[in-house]
Amino acid sequence: MEQKPGMSRRQLLALIGQAGGGAVMYQAMTTLGFAAQSGYTGRVDLAGAPKGTSVLVLGAGVAGLVAALELRNAGYKVQVLEYNGRAGGRCWTLRGGDTYTELGGATQHCEFDPGLYINPGPWRIPYNHHGIMDYCKRLGVALEPFIQVNFNAYLHSKTAFDGKPQRFREVQADFQGHIAEMLGKAVNANRLDQNLTGEDREKLLQALRSWGALDKDYRYTKSVASSLRRGFAVPAGGGLMPVQEPSAPINPQQLMDSGLWSNLSVGNETEFQSSIFQPVGGMDMIARAFQREVGDLIRFNSKITSIRQDDHGVAVTYVDSKSGGAAQSARADWCVCALPLSILSQIPLNVGPAMDAAIHAVPYDAAVKIGLQFKRRFWEQDEQIYGGITYTDLPIQRIGYPNADYGKPGKGVLLGAYIFGPHAYEFTAMPPPERVQQALAYGATIHPQYKQEFDTGIAVGWHRVPWTNGCYGMWTDDTRSAHYNNLCAIDGRIVLAGEHASYIPAWQEGAVLSSLDAISRLHAKIVAQPRHNS
Amino acid sequence: MQTFASKNPTKLMLGLALALLPAAAMAQPTNGGGFTSRDGEQLYRAICQGCHMADGKGAQGAGMYPALAGNPRLAAGLYAALVVRQGKNGMPPVGNFLDDEQVAAVVNFVRTHFGNTYQDALTADDVKKLGKRP
Repeated sequence: MEQKPGMSRRQLLALIGQAGGGAVMYQAMTTLGFAAQSGYTGRVDLAGAPKGTSVLVLGAGVAGLVAALELRNAGYKVQVLEYNGRAGGRCWTLRGGDTYTELGGATQHCEFDPGLYINPGPWRIPYNHHGIMDYCKRLGVALEPFIQVNFNAYLHSKTAFDGKPQRFREVQADFQGHIAEMLGKAVNANRLDQNLTGEDREKLLQALRSWGALDKDYRYTKSVASSLRRGFAVPAGGGLMPVQEPSAPINPQQLMDSGLWSNLSVGNETEFQSSIFQPVGGMDMIARAFQREVGDLIRFNSKITSIRQDDHGVAVTYVDSKSGGAAQSARADWCVCALPLSILSQIPLNVGPAMDAAIHAVPYDAAVKIGLQFKRRFWEQDEQIYGGITYTDLPIQRIGYPNADYGKPGKGVLLGAYIFGPHAYEFTAMPPPERVQQALAYGATIHPQYKQEFDTGIAVGWHRVPWTNGCYGMWTDDTRSAHYNNLCAIDGRIVLAGEHASYIPAWQEGAVLSSLDAISRLHAKIVAQPRHNS
Repeated sequence: MQTFASKNPTKLMLGLALALLPAAAMAQPTNGGGFTSRDGEQLYRAICQGCHMADGKGAQGAGMYPALAGNPRLAAGLYAALVVRQGKNGMPPVGNFLDDEQVAAVVNFVRTHFGNTYQDALTADDVKKLGKRP
């Protein structure tokens, strides 16, 4: 490392600025704008429901299921109408034997081996999403760790390191180490903007040494200290095995130019910090647990065609989405409408102009997930990657490794693509087999084993999902300030719920909190009503 | 109905996909968040057909995607350009990924295909007159 090209302080600051920019960009893209920690305040108390009062819940996604469970427990007469033949909505898992027909008619038969699956929608539950965590606890849904940050997974760029993926631990250790060294030099040369006392300087230098794994001269070098983080060229052994040999850090200029640092901080966001979970066996274990509790209230295969309220109640017409036939109707005193706005905006509905404008103000984002089954778990066997995520600047954006059944013989399923942005539109526009082929072609540049080991795949583009027409409601600061409160306010006898009516878009926690808030306000309005004998 | 048992056809086509790797896409998006093609049909195939379908006939599910084939609203080219740029209901403002010339190109493609025969092509300047993007 003697000849390591130096980096000026200006370059260093530019680097840190770039890293900040990357983090901001990342946040805009993957935390979906406004995600915050949960405002869950505990179980909802709906005491005093007037006897015989009825509520119609539209949509049996997470928001609708929460509403049905809590309102029924509170003593309301509840009926739920659901388009699909199952509960859960976007809380959804695809397994072997499942058939999925998307808009446009393309049908895919999932041929995964028993026990293998992908979650096309949400796939993780942060520990601080207290609402959905509490329902898992109440309903007995077993959770296991979701590996968000795997130090042995890859960071990859098609234009860096000749397209060779780099281990997260090497990029992480070297980026931190090089920055610590440069800061240390600046401190030693008194080139920081503020004057430090001798004692502060000493503390800062010690902190940098500890933070960056620097040597006694505050340099980040090929050493035992740096190799304890980035890994050894020759790992330690036993007996007469070869003696441990430290590894050489990546050249700092090359590392900066690679851009690989842009995905280093993902796991630092609160919603991705350890501990983070997934239900054992698939995300829809949550939906199944709710269905066990309130399945008797749900009429499945019901496509809603109109929603009409008057002074006395709410009337909804629907047709059977499987068999068609004549329109049927359901009626209740009140309505919790938990349909995605992308669907609700197309259904005749008499609400006031403010809520109506809000319903029509929220576009739904594109997203694509592709599950790939391989003949063996080569990522574990050949590359020692046990769960976690590889990030790449290829259109597939991410490869997610299964966070369970490590070391199991037989086939394995990984998430071969998780895509947002323009590439998500492009992949959605492809026929499903082409999506799978493209995911294979791109992914094979990271894992060459793809070519030998591929078995079968399934691809979900969210704009083609027949019951959501998109992934989640995309708010902007402007649309929030113009419409959000109007969307959430009770209009006559109707209140809306779902991730779109929350500040935690695209997360199940948003659906839970939205629903709890909606039914609490609706309940308060109901108990405040003058009673009629009817 | 388009059906595929994912195993065999995918396997057969994998060799081809790997051979062409990975520049097969028609209107490759850039990492900057936009699409590079200037061709209306390529842009339609890369973006619009995800919802409006390859034949422009839209789709029906719990909701629907409107058909562009024979859609009388396309009589006003600027209306179509406005929807591309601003979105509508659940439709995102996909024009954010396109410049005005690309918006004109994709609108012109849609207005002259799928049984539509409007001859008054839009230009980038026409699209520009719609004002600032959202």
